[in-house]
Amino acid sequence: MPRLAAFAMHTDRKRGVDVGVLQRLLPIGVHCKGVAALLAGAVAAFSGAACSGAGEPDRITVLAAASLTEPFTMLADEVSDDGDVALSFGASSALVEQLRAGARADVLATADTRTMALAVDAGLITGDPIVFARNSLVLAVPAGNPGGVSGLADLARDELRVALCEPQVPCGAAAERMLATAGIDARPDTLEADARDTAGKLALGEVDAALIYRTDVTSAMAIVDVPPEAEVVTEYLVAIVDGASNHRGAEEFIAAVTGATGRRLLAEAGFDTP
Amino acid sequence: MTRHSAEARVPVLFVVPAALGLAILLLPLAGLLARAPWNRLGEILGSDGVLTALRLSLLTATLATAICVVCGIPLAWLLARGSFPGRSLLRGLVTVPLVLPPVIGGIALLVAFGRSGTVGSWLESATGTTLPFTTAAVVIAQSFVAMPFLVIAVEGALRGADRRYEDVAATLGASPWTIFRRVTLPAVAPGVLSGAVLCWARALGEFGATITFAGSFPGITRTLPLEAYSAIGAGDAETAIVLSLLMIAVAVAVLALLRDRWMVRG
Repeated sequence: MPRLAAFAMHTDRKRGVDVGVLQRLLPIGVHCKGVAALLAGAVAAFSGAACSGAGEPDRITVLAAASLTEPFTMLADEVSDDGDVALSFGASSALVEQLRAGARADVLATADTRTMALAVDAGLITGDPIVFARNSLVLAVPAGNPGGVSGLADLARDELRVALCEPQVPCGAAAERMLATAGIDARPDTLEADARDTAGKLALGEVDAALIYRTDVTSAMAIVDVPPEAEVVTEYLVAIVDGASNHRGAEEFIAAVTGATGRRLLAEAGFDTP
Repeated sequence: MTRHSAEARVPVLFVVPAALGLAILLLPLAGLLARAPWNRLGEILGSDGVLTALRLSLLTATLATAICVVCGIPLAWLLARGSFPGRSLLRGLVTVPLVLPPVIGGIALLVAFGRSGTVGSWLESATGTTLPFTTAAVVIAQSFVAMPFLVIAVEGALRGADRRYEDVAATLGASPWTIFRRVTLPAVAPGVLSGAVLCWARALGEFGATITFAGSFPGITRTLPLEAYSAIGAGDAETAIVLSLLMIAVAVAVLALLRDRWMVRG
């Protein structure tokens, strides 16, 4: 059951997103400190052991674009020999909104320059963001190409099931750019919340075609060529969050991302590194 | 002061956990009210995206409730009055969607009715249509999660109804259908009504099964909860907050509507 296996993988990956949803509702730092304070005030004995995570000085909290799930998870394992790295994945635009709502984090990694600019403009970033990877959008189909997709023009076929990302998230913005350049009026059937959700619908075989990142293509999918002028390359940026409680840890993590290990892991996942 | 001494004295130990419990329940709602963009409320509620989602939600929740009423009443009757082997097992199975995480329901629906699903692949070869990403899929997902509410409410009403009226009607020569229509149904009408209202509210709030099974596209499958999720994902917290307030208003209205039946007990 390759499709079920692919789906299981997808739901497993989604854990990061679920954490993100929690954080959207209750920013982790505020949440734990608030509960700890209530307990301390009430029972006067609790030291907040249940919430030790967010307050630990050597923990590095990283908010990263959903498409970075694999390389960043592996990188976190290599970086965290003594301290630990808490990763939360989601659509870049959603991560910026989490920060705006008061989520405590040390590092932000976005899948495009627009969302990072939103964070910079909102005063959520300290220092200059660094470009650390490039990705490209591809037209992907399930293995065997059941919809007989031969190019971008097929996305306008009404009878085909097509998945795109929400236009406000980076992969959706990239898809809009690709379709506009090619002059295609696509007829999507679903606009998914982030890059991994879109890839998941394709992995399940529920759609005939999707515009996803090259790095999200699995063995259960095939890539259909698009004209070179329509190709869209996105830049990934990483930056230190303003007011990071672990500034030194944030610098170390960014050094790891841009260093040899990070570049190797990103390249293995299919990213181009500068 | 004799009346005062008759009241239960509150154990001091209860005050703190009770206050914490209240804080957990009410602080999120207070937070929504505090952060709500009141000056933009009308503008956001009147925006195309919200109105489209609202229309779709009202349509699908109402259709799902109609399906639940049409299928759920006979099902409840079978569970309450029927005598066949495996009845209690069947009752247990009917309530499974109540305790199932909705996203799991969505996966189950996808595996059954999706393109490569057992029923779905047959459906595609027989009719050439597929269910996922259609408004029909939204209605099915909502019916899946909401039906148990109706079945349980109606079954409870049927068990509580006095069967002697039905027996009398039968001795007077009424057919089973006439008995059901003229005697049983009027007797359980309040149960049907409260079940239908709960069912409608559950369908309106459905999220997990819908986004998994039906996807998310404006006007086709993106209901109010999905619109709220999409808004927060797109970084538009204000719209998400306004939609949350709208859903809370509906929930409060439903509770107020059911108050006389379920909440006046003491």
